[in-house]
This record gives sequence, structure tokens and C-alpha cells, in this order.
Amino acid sequence: MASLAADPLFNIGPVTVTNTMTDMVLVDILIFSLAYFIYKHHKLVPGFMQAIIEMIIETFYDMTQSVAGERAKKIFPFAMTFFFVVLFANWTGLLPFITAIGVYHGEEFHPFIRSASTDLNFTFSLAVISLVATHSMSIRVLGLKGYLSKFFTLHPIHLPIGILELLLEFAKIISFSFRLFGNIFVGKVMLLSATSAFAFFLPIPVLFYEFFVGFVQAAIFALLTMAFMTIMTTRAEH
Amino acid sequence: MDNIHITGGIIAAVGGIGPGIGVGLIGAKAMEAIGRNPEASGKIIPNMIVAMAFAEAIAIFALLFAFIG
Repeated sequence: MASLAADPLFNIGPVTVTNTMTDMVLVDILIFSLAYFIYKHHKLVPGFMQAIIEMIIETFYDMTQSVAGERAKKIFPFAMTFFFVVLFANWTGLLPFITAIGVYHGEEFHPFIRSASTDLNFTFSLAVISLVATHSMSIRVLGLKGYLSKFFTLHPIHLPIGILELLLEFAKIISFSFRLFGNIFVGKVMLLSATSAFAFFLPIPVLFYEFFVGFVQAAIFALLTMAFMTIMTTRAEH
Repeated sequence: MDNIHITGGIIAAVGGIGPGIGVGLIGAKAMEAIGRNPEASGKIIPNMIVAMAFAEAIAIFALLFAFIG
């Protein structure tokens, strides 16, 4: 059974580096090298890697346009970045042998790299970033008055609804973070249990399921960010 | 007898009732829609997967508390 908190590896000054932080560094290296590779080698007739990236981005852009309409150009970079970060963070936990390289601290074995989404700090900060981005985009598009009039009006029916919607924003943070954390962490525990039960053929369906769940959860995070940004930037109709 | 996690089992079992019914309903409605219009299955199936992931998140919340508590 894996521990809920990330395992500490070593200390740099007062900061303890845990193994999900090293996974975050790996995700950053992967994303930046992918972006740099596309930047250096992009041609008019696309090669293999460029064709895949273009296909993914075009599919998502069409989906963003069908959800968001004319504000798709502003919303799309946020949603796509969330998608790539969460996707790579989920999938690096599934690389073969990745949990076998580690260090022994006394009796316990701590792997060097552990999937970043199994750390509640990561998912919680992603949810907070998503919410802050949504609200600041809403303030920028609607103006401060329009933004506040979404929640606080003088109409007797709309005022309790507005306050309830304000509380709903906090529930969104919890829901975002716990959905991603729960899916990936429970998947990791299932994988550990399946591997310790019978290590040869039993983990294969669990691995397929985890692969799929990683992709679906990343897509849902991006889709929800997109949907909330669209809702928050539309003017309230009377 | 202390090692058997009884409360964990109860949490997971009760928490799986609602999402189980929900996912089944989503699948049933999706099958019905595909039955009416088989050409639209390319649009129905991704939306069904997204809706199922939302419904399953509630079950995952319950499972998380079953592991922790």
C-alpha cells in the first residue's frame, strides 16, 4: 500500500525534495523538449511527430470552438497546457521499471520518480491555478462591475442564487483536485496490489485501464477548465 | 480481527451504489441514442465516456476514503 504523502528523497537547504517533485521535473523536460523539437524542425509538409501534434491540437481546437464560440482563441492555450501537463504527469507513472529505481531509507523503499498526480499538493495547486485563471479572465472580459454583478445583485431571487454560486466555486476546487488525485492514486494502489499478487500477466489489464484513465482524466481537466471559462465570460442575460 | 478493514469495506460498498446506477443509466441512454441513429455513434461515444468519467469520480471519492479511513 503506497503512502498518501510523497516520499522525501533528499534536502536542498531547507527544502525537502520529494519524489513527485522529480517527476514534475521530468514532465517539464519532456514538454519543453517536445516544444523545442517542433519549433526547430517544423516544415510545411509535416513529418511524423509534427503530424501527431497537429492532429491533437486541431481536434482540441475544434472541440474548444464548439464549446466556447468566439472566445476560443483566448481559452485554448490554457486548456491545452493543462491537458499536456496532466497527461504527462499521469503517464510518467506508468513507464516500465520507473518504480524500481529508488533508494532505501532504513526499511522502506522510496522510488525516485512517482507520478505527480498522486500528490495532493500538485492536483490542488492545479485546481487553484485553473480557478484563478478563470476568474481573472472573467474580470478582464466583463469588467469588475460585470463580474461582481454575476454574484451579488439586488434582485431578491438572484441574490441567494448568486451567493450559492460563490460557494460553488470553492466546491469546484475540491472536486477538481480530488477527482484527479483519487483516480490516479487509486490506480497506483491497484497496480501495486495486482503486481504483488501475481506479477506476470495480471497487471496487464490494470495497466491498460490506467493508461486510458490517465488520458481521460487529463481530457476532463482541460474540458472542465474550458467549460468554466466559457460560462464565466458570458454576459448574464436578463 | 483488527486487520480487517470493516469500515473501509462499508464505505466503498455504499459509495459505489449511486455511481453504479449512474454509469448504467448513461450507458443505457447512449445505447438508445445509437440505436436510433447509428451514424451518430462517432459523436455519442466520446460524450458518453466523458459523462461516465464524471459519474465515476464520485465512486473514486468513496474509494479514496475507504483506503484512508
